Amino acid sequence: MLLIDCPHCGPRAELEFSYGHEAHIERPKAPEALSDAEWADYLFLRDNTKGVILERWVHSHGCRRWFNVARDTVTYEILAVYPMGAEPPALERKTYV
Amino acid sequence: MAQSAPAAARSSQPFRLSEGGRIDRSRSLTFRFDDRELTGHPGDTLASALLANGVHLVGRSFKYHRPRGIVTAGAEEPNALVQVGRDPRTEPNVRATQLELFDGLGVSSQNRWPSLEFDVGGVNNLLSRFLPAGFYYKTFMWPAAAWETYEKAIRQAAGLGLAPSKPDPDHYDKTFAHCDLLVVGAGPAGLSAALTAARAGARVVVAEQDFLLGGDLLSDRTAKIDGRPALEWVAEAEAELRASDRVRILTRTICFAAYDHNFFALHERVTDHLAPADRPEGLPRHRLWKLRTKQAIFATGAIERPLVFRDNDRPGILLASAARSYLNRWGVRAGSEAVVFTGNDSGYATALDLKAVGVRVNAVVDLRAAAEGPLSEAAKAAGLRILAGHAVTGTEGDKRIARLRAAPLDADGKGVRGSGQEIACDLLVSSAGWSPTVHLHCQAKGSLAWDEAHACYLPDRSMQKGQAVIGSAAGAFGLASCLAGGEAAGREAAGALGLEAKASRKKTQAEDRDFLPMRQLYCVPSDKPLGQGGKHFVDQQNDVTAADLLLALREGYRSIEHVKRYTTTGMGTDQGKLGNLNAIGIVAERLGLPLPEVGVTTYRAPYTPVSFGAFAGRDVDALLDPVRTTPIHSWHERNGALFEDVGQWRRAWYYPKAGEDLHRAVAREVAATRETVGIMDATTLGKIEIVGPDAAELLNRVYTNAWSKLEVGRCRYGLMLKEDGMVMDDGVTSRLAEDRFLMTTTTGNAAPVLAHLEEWLQTEWPDLEVFLTSVTEQFATMTLSGPNARKLLAELCDLDLSTEAFPHMSWQEGSVAGVPARIFRISFTGELSYEINVPAGHGLSVWQALYRHGEKYGITPYGTEAMHVLRAEKGFIIVGQETDGSVTPLDLGMDWIVSKKKDFIGRRSLSRSDMADSGRKQLVGLLTQDPKVVLPEGGALVEAMRDATPVPMIGHVTSSYWSPNCERSIALALVKGGRARLGKTVLCPLEGGKTVPCTVVEPLFFDKEGDRLRA
Amino acid sequence: MQARYSFFSLARNALGYHENWPEAWRSPEPKASYDVVVVGGGGHGLATAYYLAKEHGITNVAVIERGWLGGGNTGRNTTIVRSNYLWDESAALYEHALKLWEGLSQDLNYNVMFSQRGVMNLAHNQHDLRELQRRIHSNRLNGVDSEFLDARGVKEFCPIIDLRQGGRYPVLGASLQRRGGTARHDAVAWGYARGADARGVDIIQNCPVTGFRISNGRIQGVETGRGYIEAKKVAVVTAGHSSVMAGLAGFRLPVHSLPLQALVSEPVKPVIDCVVMSNAVHAYVSQSDKGELVIGAGVDKYVGYGQRGSLPVTEETLAAICELFPIFRRMRMLRQWGGIVDTCPDASPIISKTPVQGLYFNCGWGTGGFKATPGSGWVFAHTVANDNPHPLAAPFALDRFTSGYLIDEHGAAAVAH
Repeated sequence: MLLIDCPHCGPRAELEFSYGHEAHIERPKAPEALSDAEWADYLFLRDNTKGVILERWVHSHGCRRWFNVARDTVTYEILAVYPMGAEPPALERKTYV
Repeated sequence: MAQSAPAAARSSQPFRLSEGGRIDRSRSLTFRFDDRELTGHPGDTLASALLANGVHLVGRSFKYHRPRGIVTAGAEEPNALVQVGRDPRTEPNVRATQLELFDGLGVSSQNRWPSLEFDVGGVNNLLSRFLPAGFYYKTFMWPAAAWETYEKAIRQAAGLGLAPSKPDPDHYDKTFAHCDLLVVGAGPAGLSAALTAARAGARVVVAEQDFLLGGDLLSDRTAKIDGRPALEWVAEAEAELRASDRVRILTRTICFAAYDHNFFALHERVTDHLAPADRPEGLPRHRLWKLRTKQAIFATGAIERPLVFRDNDRPGILLASAARSYLNRWGVRAGSEAVVFTGNDSGYATALDLKAVGVRVNAVVDLRAAAEGPLSEAAKAAGLRILAGHAVTGTEGDKRIARLRAAPLDADGKGVRGSGQEIACDLLVSSAGWSPTVHLHCQAKGSLAWDEAHACYLPDRSMQKGQAVIGSAAGAFGLASCLAGGEAAGREAAGALGLEAKASRKKTQAEDRDFLPMRQLYCVPSDKPLGQGGKHFVDQQNDVTAADLLLALREGYRSIEHVKRYTTTGMGTDQGKLGNLNAIGIVAERLGLPLPEVGVTTYRAPYTPVSFGAFAGRDVDALLDPVRTTPIHSWHERNGALFEDVGQWRRAWYYPKAGEDLHRAVAREVAATRETVGIMDATTLGKIEIVGPDAAELLNRVYTNAWSKLEVGRCRYGLMLKEDGMVMDDGVTSRLAEDRFLMTTTTGNAAPVLAHLEEWLQTEWPDLEVFLTSVTEQFATMTLSGPNARKLLAELCDLDLSTEAFPHMSWQEGSVAGVPARIFRISFTGELSYEINVPAGHGLSVWQALYRHGEKYGITPYGTEAMHVLRAEKGFIIVGQETDGSVTPLDLGMDWIVSKKKDFIGRRSLSRSDMADSGRKQLVGLLTQDPKVVLPEGGALVEAMRDATPVPMIGHVTSSYWSPNCERSIALALVKGGRARLGKTVLCPLEGGKTVPCTVVEPLFFDKEGDRLRA
Repeated sequence: MQARYSFFSLARNALGYHENWPEAWRSPEPKASYDVVVVGGGGHGLATAYYLAKEHGITNVAVIERGWLGGGNTGRNTTIVRSNYLWDESAALYEHALKLWEGLSQDLNYNVMFSQRGVMNLAHNQHDLRELQRRIHSNRLNGVDSEFLDARGVKEFCPIIDLRQGGRYPVLGASLQRRGGTARHDAVAWGYARGADARGVDIIQNCPVTGFRISNGRIQGVETGRGYIEAKKVAVVTAGHSSVMAGLAGFRLPVHSLPLQALVSEPVKPVIDCVVMSNAVHAYVSQSDKGELVIGAGVDKYVGYGQRGSLPVTEETLAAICELFPIFRRMRMLRQWGGIVDTCPDASPIISKTPVQGLYFNCGWGTGGFKATPGSGWVFAHTVANDNPHPLAAPFALDRFTSGYLIDEHGAAAVAH
């Protein structure tokens, strides 16, 4: 069970959190201007990298606040936790085949 | 030789030594094994007590039903599995080697019929030639239909013990724990680490699976630490640790699983070791510890490997270390005439100890060309007969070993010379070497490195931070190394915690004896080819032989995982603790590969089996999931309501009067609501307060319609979509103030909607100044509905309720029955309705006041079922019933609520190519052509029925009721191209071939103009 | 030449101490070129190769597996087979698979131990009952056997289930698919491997695919740990690694790879003779021929390639099992493991051509792939052989995510597979 360092509450067990998939996806400013295919990309394509991904979590059973996490999806090591809206930290984006 | 004692006769423990061991000879405990009553002492395990009584035959093997005895003295036991206790407190497959004896313990042997001594299943042994590994993949295929008949017989023969047949009356517990350092294993290494870290100030948890601390030292009669018996050091260490308030020692506790980020699961057996009468009230049977630690040290020891030789499975054949444990820890000699079979020095420890207590050691058969090593030398000095360069080539004996043959071994270890000599014995112990217990390290995804000298895998790198393996689990087999390694690891852990561990006052002195030199043979040859006469068992529990492994390889199952799965080696309840390395070695030799290239099978949790009850803990029966009830719940109960579960909520479903069924009760409730006034508890609807200058803008973005212009004091219905355009929720939202709204959601969606709004707000629109607060439980909500609703409410309310002063879709603050209230004039029934919100604590009294005053009008409480009928008459949808995650507002015919002017979540998805398809399912009403027939909810709809399947379906019935107000059945349905079918007939085929013709109509059946609503 | 398996061949070989059994499949060196390379030696991939050879006469085929056959989800699932899916498209696909299951042991001459012991899906509240009825009606018209059992019927079919009043989740009824059941998962991989091998397919294990060679938008071959292999067509069936493979081919897939866990108890004598599944209390259980209770759990909710699950899921699952079967509280968990499931937004699979000509993907089966194995291989082989989707596979193409024609099985099937 992961130990996630909520930026607002400190380290807490995984079961207090919910998952939000890829971070830094912005809702298109003008959805009507997109093709169906472009809209489908926004709707359904999320980073599923085997390696380090930037993802969102929310402390559902705590402060209810969203934040970003850089995590290795193989070792499950959490490399960084940073607030919504912040730029991702500079770190090696390791991948595995 | 042990004879089976007559039933109920008491044994005098003929194999118990007169002194020594960690048992309390002053007390006798009586226990029952099958129909035999026997005695043992406190401190015994079932296994040690059975051996003290000369009982070796304790079970039958899984496949061939061969007689089997106790092999080990620990968690790795493959054979001595027993059924403990009686239904419903019975437990199958308990390892006798870990079962603590208590007075009155009753156990029976397993997997035999009619008795352990005479087992009909033993016929499988005679047929074994026809039952090689995987035989079932090649047979039982003809005729095809017969497989399930064959299977029944196979299933009956398989399995081991019996599951209980009645609910478990015991209870279980779970707890969280946090510490600086977890030490798993309280042998010399673990104790040393714990002492060092605790002295430095670390908060330490020590978990030990045994009921005594000391690990292997408990089985050692000669070990000394600082010149004194090692167990004195253990006792002092334990006393010091127990005296520290920073240390928690958990005995009878196995750390069975390592998860991510240094999270561990431990299973504590709290009361199993006590006689039922002595089990303290209130203590759980087992406790699951969920432990998070900063540092972890695995001092889990090593497990001796048996040698794989011909017919190595007879009762009376034990691990050398096990025989030594029984001797030294329990004062039990496992036989009278022993032979030791070893490939390394440690087998000699057992030989010497056996000799020391007067067991005749008829020979030490040593695979090595020369018996070398400190203990070998001691054995020579003691005059033991050593057959160096020899192998045991076979054993005999019916239900206990009686004799063996030993022959000179070829230099390459692949064959023997001659048929050798016969040696009588009733005890044969073997040692192939030691396998470090690396399970936790591997579960935590640490890597292994092959140690050729010791022929074992050692932990290499940990994947997770803050983990260390020490002692013999890390290949430090000598006592001094264990102590030093423990101290070093304890110091390192303390350092990582920012604590300073002082160097110990003086270095602990002890011997540092390894078991080298060794000769590793994974399979000991005999005078016959493998598989031809006799069996070399690799996995005793699953009856997997060396020949089975070779068969798997021959047939192309070469990956070690294929070998495991094809032969089932290592898949028994011991999970290969004893046999896996031998299996890997045999495979490697046959494939001609270095052993590390064969790899290992995955180490999986749990280390030893853990009761389901421990995982469930208190989360059973009513506590499995919280039941949410409203403040008015007790009234519903008193008034005979039946309830339905909606999510976690328990809602009043209907209120049957004497003799009424659902249908009649609902008809009465529905009629009363339309004719006079009904009252319903709507507390469970989700309520979210949305506050801030941008509150209206948030609603604009998450609802399909526009909200900016909604006036304070007015209410509006809203439809919420997911970004994929599908309906997610609906409800009425009211403007409480310029910057304040109260949103209602469906009962089941209260939490998801709040989460949905928060997500958008925080992650996409942080610029919006809005706060969200769930207020579902702050208010009790009751709905008065019906023509007399106004009259009734007026009696208790200080507001002008006239339509002019209080129109439909508006709300006001007032008081009801003297309690401050928000009153919403909104309706889900189509009648004049008021939804009254009062502080939750006043819910019951306000409800009772309304009810009391309403009695003169014939006020009728109605439940969810009547509510469903009332709203269906009006064609109002229920999200989750008319929708299923694949329905858009357009499908529902609700274009009127979808703004064309603004963007909102889900809007773009509504213009995707498939959304415009005229063949999409659309919401319609259905009227059965026979008005008395009520369609089944969920019923499929077709244009035409035919016999051949699949029959093309055009939709399904989403809601269907008898409508008392329409005096006929009504239904809502989703139908492909439904709106174009208005007036047309569709069929609903019922089970059994009947079809119900229905006419497609607008989904509105009652008061089409809506006059009653606005009355 | 392969020996036919039968009682007689077993007896004959017994006389020779089983020294003369041939290999179930060869382990050849890869050739330089194949008509079709199937990437992924799980059940679906091997079935694809088998049906390419058997149904389409395409035998110059290699199955390339990075580890050992059936080492992914094929060897990690809870072996449940059923076809009672809600939507027409799913029901057709899974029912086709079920029909193939019914003759599979004979077709493969390998006993996959398909046992139609019946699959029960429990209903615990009025909403469950409505959904159940909808599925039963739809199944019946789709030719999928499915019947409703009331609480008493549930008890009769599975006597050990707990119907005590006052339980947190009373059992109100169930749907029953009698033709559903279980099969021996490893045997499915091995049986297909043996069958494919006998028809000339090369099975190459321990051979990772490290890249795709693509030129002019058309597949040329695959780079592997054992060198480049040319291929006219490449069929990728790598559950748990679909996104990685798609990445190598230069496009993305709408899948999430999530850890899914399962567990077994210690073996006991027969105690439950059917498959019981429950969405509301979130667990499913059957008993293997060996006697172990085989129990399925939910997914962990985050992307994870670790093939391991977390403790809370195990706790929830076993609490659910203890709720349905209080007699099991004294049973013990023997082994717990995890797999990686690729899940799609609509909980339905992808069987599709891709932006690269001659490259085909079969993935996204989520938690429910095992039961589809024969059908999946069948329709995928057709799709690859004809460069045109099999009619049963057509609705499961990638373009549905653009058009919005999703087959949303979340409601009726997402939790319990």
